[in-house]
Amino acid sequence: MNKHEQERNPVLKVRNLRVYYETPKGDVLAVDGIDFNLYEGETLGLVGESGCGKSTAAMGILQLVTPPGRIVDGEVMLEGENLLGLPDKELRAMRWVKLALIPQGAMNSLNPTMKVSDQIADVILAHEKKYDRKRLKPRILELLSLVGLPGRVYELYPHELSGGMKQRVCIAMAIALNPTVIVADESTSALDVVVQRVVAQTMLRVKEALGVSMIMIGHDMGLMAQMVDRIAVMYAGKIVEIAPVKDMFTDPKHPYSELLIDSVPSLKERKPLKITEGITHDPRNPPPGCIFQLRCPFVMDVCRRDAPPMQEVKPDQLVACHLYQVHEDGSYIDVRDVVGNP
Amino acid sequence: MTTTNTSPDKMVVLPTQAPKAKTMGRFNRWDTPWLNTKLITGISIITAILLLGIIGRLFWDTNLAFTATSPLNLPPPGFVNSRGQAGTWEHPLGTENSGRDMLALIIVGAPNSFLIGVIAAGVGMTVGIILGFSAGFIGGRVDDFIRIISDVTITIPTLMVLIVIQSVLKQIELSTMALLIALFAWPHPTRLIRAQVLSMRESGYVKMARLSGASTFSIMFREIMPNLIPYLFASFIGNATGAILAAVGLETLGLGPQRVPTLGGTIYFAIGSAALLRNMWWWWGFPTLLLALMFIGLLLTNLGFDEIANPRLRQSSQ
Amino acid sequence: MGGITIGYFLRRLAIFFLTIWIAATVIWLIPRLAPGDPITAMVGRMIQQGGSVENSAAIIEGWRERFGLNDPLPVQYVRYLGNIIRFDFGYSLAYFPTPVSQIVGQALPWTLGLLLLATSITFLLGNFLGALMAWRGTPRLAKLLIPVGMVFTSLPSILAAIFLLYIFAFLLDWFPLSGSYGRGMKPGLTLEFIGSVIHHGTLPALAIVIVSFGYWALGMRGMMITVEGEDYMHLARAKGLNPFYVLYRYMVRNAILPQITAFAITLGTLISGQVLVEYIFVYQGMGSVIFTAIRNQDFAVIQGTSFFLIVLTALAVLIIDLVYPLIDPRISHERS
Repeated sequence: MNKHEQERNPVLKVRNLRVYYETPKGDVLAVDGIDFNLYEGETLGLVGESGCGKSTAAMGILQLVTPPGRIVDGEVMLEGENLLGLPDKELRAMRWVKLALIPQGAMNSLNPTMKVSDQIADVILAHEKKYDRKRLKPRILELLSLVGLPGRVYELYPHELSGGMKQRVCIAMAIALNPTVIVADESTSALDVVVQRVVAQTMLRVKEALGVSMIMIGHDMGLMAQMVDRIAVMYAGKIVEIAPVKDMFTDPKHPYSELLIDSVPSLKERKPLKITEGITHDPRNPPPGCIFQLRCPFVMDVCRRDAPPMQEVKPDQLVACHLYQVHEDGSYIDVRDVVGNP
Repeated sequence: MTTTNTSPDKMVVLPTQAPKAKTMGRFNRWDTPWLNTKLITGISIITAILLLGIIGRLFWDTNLAFTATSPLNLPPPGFVNSRGQAGTWEHPLGTENSGRDMLALIIVGAPNSFLIGVIAAGVGMTVGIILGFSAGFIGGRVDDFIRIISDVTITIPTLMVLIVIQSVLKQIELSTMALLIALFAWPHPTRLIRAQVLSMRESGYVKMARLSGASTFSIMFREIMPNLIPYLFASFIGNATGAILAAVGLETLGLGPQRVPTLGGTIYFAIGSAALLRNMWWWWGFPTLLLALMFIGLLLTNLGFDEIANPRLRQSSQ
Repeated sequence: MGGITIGYFLRRLAIFFLTIWIAATVIWLIPRLAPGDPITAMVGRMIQQGGSVENSAAIIEGWRERFGLNDPLPVQYVRYLGNIIRFDFGYSLAYFPTPVSQIVGQALPWTLGLLLLATSITFLLGNFLGALMAWRGTPRLAKLLIPVGMVFTSLPSILAAIFLLYIFAFLLDWFPLSGSYGRGMKPGLTLEFIGSVIHHGTLPALAIVIVSFGYWALGMRGMMITVEGEDYMHLARAKGLNPFYVLYRYMVRNAILPQITAFAITLGTLISGQVLVEYIFVYQGMGSVIFTAIRNQDFAVIQGTSFFLIVLTALAVLIIDLVYPLIDPRISHERS
């Protein structure tokens, strides 16, 4: 990938984002301080198991958190502006123009009483003042063809479309205003494998054509590998590792990432199924120190006391783990190598 | 050197931002669905009225509900009627044109209205349950037939047909009227049960029951019925309300039972004697008030049961 | 917008005619279940009640001829059906030889007018109020209206009518006590007449509206809450659309659909209630006609008015059924 060599320009900077959910017995720390950059033109994958907070993180970035959730802290800098501080009117003006969403479950994400064309048209009309309506139809038809949908879809209602078609309508809608960032929240999770492939290819094609930066959320590691440039792994509300996709798959650093990669069945060899030991913690009361301590096969005493900081272990590969000690000159040691592999 | 994670560590409570006190209050321990405010208020009102009727009989002479037992047109105590006669405590709610005592009329009339509601709703629900289950479970032609008939019956305004029927019959008994009303009370429960059965029929636990060889009958009663109980209660109250409404409608038109005092019938006589114009407000006022209370109580109870049956209705937007 | 398939149209039409046929048959059967000649029985009852009936012989003969009461039952039935298709219910027993259809025809416009007025106000007001509850900017006072409205819903319209009549017409004298327009006024399109009609119609309409709007408000509020939780609302918010546009096109437009279906079901009760309200206010619609007929034991008129009101209800339901697919695109493509 030649993007590493480019002078990279972060279009989205997320710092210390915290999103908590109120419950009768205390706050659930769904997203508990995540930091990452999204660079121009790249696709960042956000993966983790169910309940790790990745969808909540997406909502936090999109400023779509609804009660009982609330954004407690953090910054979301989109092209230099902090979204968290924006007044409603400006936020609304910026929506879709700069930041779009491809939702999970397009089954119900389209208004059942509106034609497909109207639903794409209304977002164009809402943001582009005095748009010439005569130009609407050709523009929408072009969008539909970009995602591989036939022109007749223009006149149809959502219930007349299949799941894959609906998802592609959502993709067409998302790119309509040529946004800077698109968040795709598990956009292929609700589809069967065949349709998944079509939709995934559509997204790739769209990405190539428009050069848009994307955050892709999902839990299918195999699919992620084919679609993203970098992967961020989340566990229990925190990001534990961010790395370019190739490094993540060949040399995952964080123990959790290792387990995740290992869990992808291989076509080439037969491996016994690896079961992760340990228990998960109560999301309302995370333990002090590293949040993965209860399930980590390599947990040490220091893990139970101090939360590990995010360190750049290799160029562009950041890990939050006490196993790695980075020296000033940029080299690092893996504690397991020193003490001896168990 | 490996450390395992099989022994759970002690949890340390981190200081988190405590949620606001107002939202904490919503989830207190007393939030069981059956302690619904509406339900309790509604049932209290209904019970109060029933008690009035039951206990009232013990303390008040119900014969006074018949004509020519009391002085005519007396207002309640403290008021004076157009003739200058003052009310007495012998007739605390006044009397009417034919010498009937208002309190006695209410004591006898109120339970009568409830009786009609119970009979009509009971019969209607029974028929409705049978038809609803048949339609939902058997499906096919039976379902089509039942559905069409219930659609037709619901469309037809009950009162109209009842008026036609009642005007042909010379006299009508309370129970007969209740049964006639029941003729129109069955479509609602039928539709309700049918809809519920249809949706539950495809659910996992019913399919499991079928797979394990349970008979249709036992599936109906052991699997589906228990889940329908809150709906059935709400439906019963709703049907009773509708039945009492129909009965009151007929009575106020003069088509109600003649031999027993009814609240609606009292209003009929009041209107017929221009009680409104003669400012004999106690004559039509007390039955009207009591009926209003009755309906409010029934409505609250109905809403209460609705909230129990459908948790989404509970305070979801407060 | 979606369209209607021929199959759908024919099915709804078939149910309409089925309803009317069943109603007509029931109305025909009822007097015949009593022993003896229905007409003589009716007239006999009238005599019993009122003393004597003029032309009783003429009445009986006229009916006999008209309805072929001397013919065997099936023939009578067919003749009856033939007659009512032409809205011929024979002659009024109390006002012989005035045909029933004439009496009904005179009262019909008043009932229709009141019905349209009261129903549209109720539906619009109720649903508007319910939708308003979904908007955060609603003042607290408006929010109180729903519980208050709900309490009123428990009352039958006739009781509301009595209260309103007593308080606003009798005690306060703001409105007239009875009638559909001023006594002695000539009906016509004069301002005076129209004003009088409005003046007389306010309390009856109010009686109906007060006891119905709460139900719609509560239902609409519930539907708005349900719709708000839907996925497409989520996406609508993400799209950064104008909030009022979202409220209307995404929320109300979807929430109102079940309300319309529910409305069709309540029409029967609504019309029954209106009949009673007209009775209380001596409004010149069907309500008064029916009541007078009951008083006079004028069975022909009772039959005719009841049947006509049933037709009216069935027709209204049919219209709603046919209009609904035009606004809900999911329905038109249903096979059954």
